[in-house]
This record gives sequence, structure tokens and C-alpha cells, in this order.
Amino acid sequence: MMNGMAFRKVKNHLMSFVMLACTLAVLIPLALIFVHIVKMGISSLSIDFFTHIPAPTGEPGGGMANGMLGSLIMIGGASLIGLPIGILGAIYLSEFGGSKMSTTIRFAADVLSGTPSIITGMVAYTLLVVPMKGFSGLAGAVALAMIMIPIVLRTTEEQLKMVPGSLREASLALGVPFWRTSLKVTLRSAMSGVLTGILLAVARIAGETAPLLFTALGNQFWSKNVMQPMAALPLQIFSFAIAPYEDWHKLAWAGALVLVSVMFGLSLTARYFSSSRQAH
Amino acid sequence: MNDKVKLEQVNIHFGRTHAVRDINMSFPENSVTAIIGPSGCGKSTLLRSMNRMHDLVPSARVTGKILVDSGDIYERGVDPVAIRRRVGMVFQKPNPFPAMSIYDNVIAGYKLNGRLPREEADEIVESCLKRVALWDEVKDRLKSNAMMLSGGQQQRLCIARTIAVKPEVILMDEPASALDPISTLKIEELIEELKERYTIIIVTHNMQQAARVSDYTAFLYMGDLVECGETKKIFTTPEEKRTEDYITGRFG
Repeated sequence: MMNGMAFRKVKNHLMSFVMLACTLAVLIPLALIFVHIVKMGISSLSIDFFTHIPAPTGEPGGGMANGMLGSLIMIGGASLIGLPIGILGAIYLSEFGGSKMSTTIRFAADVLSGTPSIITGMVAYTLLVVPMKGFSGLAGAVALAMIMIPIVLRTTEEQLKMVPGSLREASLALGVPFWRTSLKVTLRSAMSGVLTGILLAVARIAGETAPLLFTALGNQFWSKNVMQPMAALPLQIFSFAIAPYEDWHKLAWAGALVLVSVMFGLSLTARYFSSSRQAH
Repeated sequence: MNDKVKLEQVNIHFGRTHAVRDINMSFPENSVTAIIGPSGCGKSTLLRSMNRMHDLVPSARVTGKILVDSGDIYERGVDPVAIRRRVGMVFQKPNPFPAMSIYDNVIAGYKLNGRLPREEADEIVESCLKRVALWDEVKDRLKSNAMMLSGGQQQRLCIARTIAVKPEVILMDEPASALDPISTLKIEELIEELKERYTIIIVTHNMQQAARVSDYTAFLYMGDLVECGETKKIFTTPEEKRTEDYITGRFG
């Protein structure tokens, strides 16, 4: 009898240990990446990095300010296109949609979010770059929006569905039209969750490189015109990392550090929003 | 007394389920009518048909006529939103808007539909909270979140929110069933006062409550209206055997 008990205890400890090891195995690559990027990038971070454009080949110094600005512009543009479509689409799915139509849209959104981002870039290339006869920040923003829409759509829909029906009824019973109820009661009640989804979507597109290769192309200089090729931080990291110069590699590491920090910050903010909701 | 709400041959279906059958009855103005009956008998279903809450359920179908001041609310071209402004509703579980303050909850019916001048809002909040006897309890914390209130206070807040939009009829779906006895008593006293201005239709599981608060009582069983009439008569000398069995606790 005691033997059986002892054996079960050993088995219990063994399995607990295996699971703990697996959990750590998830964290190790993350920690390695982060530590390595900080180690390689921190020495090249300077005020210049945030305020200057890349120096001409052979000259020392320079930064990635134009890439950061371009990324901001394109993320802003993508949000302008993607957020209304994603959020209104989610309201349709959760509040208005018939079952068959909704299932189709949901399936399409899932396929879209599973599409490799390089394909999304090719689609934007065909739709915008070819007819407009040139690479542009606009095409980049559209490509990023296509990645953003399914993420925002599905997370927002999930959040809206969690709003209890009694709140909708309370609003309707006061003589508030259904569309106002959807926007001002249902969406508002779900807002913290929706914001979390938006932040995660922004974090996701901030790091996308492939869809920008065929669309924004990149730019060595300040690029503020969305109809012209536009610099982007991930693109600059890419082109600097594959260049044959040591100081460019260093700048690429610094760029990677900035990018990872931004994404880390966005994820933390998203965490904050979702945990403050649960506490509520 | 005038009939404020009148039902003529009302039938309600959910898909293939025939939930409410051939109801004919009327609700006199400035009175309280209780609808009683065992669970699943169609009480709430009938109540919700009176401000077109079933419009949200695709499978629901309401036939017959429901007249409010002799106008059929299901007639073609009638705006359900306009009907719901005249026929307000208080639900079983208190459901204040969780993202709003006590103050904003009272004027939610206005705020959600547009703007409301500050002085007017102050006035509405004070008078409505006073009428539901909540003013003294919350006047110092009008800006705090409505979810801070107790269940009974929340329900009175919901009633304040309902009367703030000046309805003519108030539907109450078991308004006290989620509350403790003292809160229940307060709600019942409130109903007594409210009937001076409004026509009240209340669904309740609790027969003592029906006997206490209502002037008229309707007994619903399996979707049929078995009997309706003055509360005193229903509870003392019912005409139907089934009514008597139900109110004496022999079934249900």
C-alpha cells in the first residue's frame, strides 16, 4: 500500500518537473532574443539614431529617423483604413449578421489572417503599385491594413459577444435605436477588450517586413509623401543587416532593439488594459 | 377606467413553439396588473410583446393586436423605438449600465439618444431619484459608478432610469425576484406610488406579491389565459378550478 503511494508521489513530482521544464523552454528563446538584441543594439543607440537619416555609404554615424517616421505614417494609415472596417465589421458579425453570412465572413477573416504576409504584399502590389506605376507608402499602408483587419475583426467580435444581452435590452427598453445601442452601449462596454485587440494588431503590423517589400519599398531619405516610396523601420533593418558594412550592421541591431521595445511596450499596455477589465 | 393597453387575439410563436395562445385582455390605466403563473407559462413572453422586445429574436412571431391607447403597436409602419419610449421596461436582474455613474444611468435614455442640457439633467436626476426613494441614499455620490450600489438600490436606479424618459406604461419582469425581502418591500411600495402616474404591468412568481401590489391579476397557464379579473376576486373566489389550485399551491 505505502509503496503504491510513494510511487504515485514520485510520478507526480516527475510530471510536475517535466511541465515546468516545458514552460521554461518557452521562455528561453524569448529571453535569448531579447538579451542578444539589447547586447548588440544598445551601443549604437544615440540621439542621432532617432533624429538622423542614414549616412551616405562610407560615412560614419547616421540613424533611422526616416524609417521610424515612415513606419508611424504607414501604421497610422493602416489604422485609418483597418480600424473602421474591422470594428464595424465586428459589430455586424456580432449584432446584426444572419448566421450563414456571418459564418462565411468569419471563415474568410480566418483565412486572411492565416495568409502569409508576403502574399498580402503581392496583392497590394498588384492592386496599387502596378496601376499607380510606382511604389508608395499608401500601398504599404493598404498591405498592413489587410493584415490588421482580420485581427481587429475577430478580437472585437469576441469582445462584443461577451457583453451581456441584458445591457442591450436595458438600452433598447429606454427607446434607444438598435444602432445607437450597438455603438454606445455594446461597443463601449467592450471597449477595454477592443483596445487590447487594436494594440496587439498594431504591434503585429509594426514588425511586418514582407508586405512592405513590394509596396513601400523603402527610402534612404526623409519620406513624408505617401504617394512616393517610403522608409520603414523593419525594411531598414533588413537592408542594413544584409549590407556588407560593419557599422550598418550595428545600426540594424539598434533598429531591432527599438522595434522590439516598441512591440514589448504595446503588448504590456494591452496586458494592462485586459487585466484592468478583469479586475473591474 | 380607461383601458391603456388591450390585447386582442394575441399569439406568440418561437419557431414551431406556440408559446402564448389567443390572449384577450385589457390593462386599465393607472392600475397595477399582475401576471402570475408557473415557470414557462409564457408570462415574460407576453410581457415582452408589449414593447416589441421580441423584434430582436428572429424566430419570434407575434400575431393579433396589441393596442396602446387604441393604436396597434404591431401595425405596419409603427416604429418600435417610439413604442419603447412610451412603454418602458424593468428587468428581473438589475441591469444598470456598468460603465456609467449613478447620475448618467438616470439620464441614460437621453444621453444615449443625444445631448441633454446640464440644468435639465440635474433636475431629472433629482426628481427621478426622489421618486424611487433613492435620492437620500446616493445624493453625495452621484458621480460614482452605479455598480457600487446594492442590488436593491440598483433596481430602484433602473426604475428611475425608466421613469426618466416619461413612459406611459411600465412593464416589470419579476422586478424583485433577485432581491432580499427588505429591498423587495421597497420596490413594492414604489409600485404602489408609481401607479398614480403610470399603468403598470408586473410579472411575478410570488403570489403574495401579486396579492399585495396589484389591482388586477391574470393567471396564465401553459400559454393560455385561464382567468383574469380583480385581484381580490381572483385570490378569494376564483372561477376556474385551475386558478384555485395554483393559488392554493396545489401545483406549479
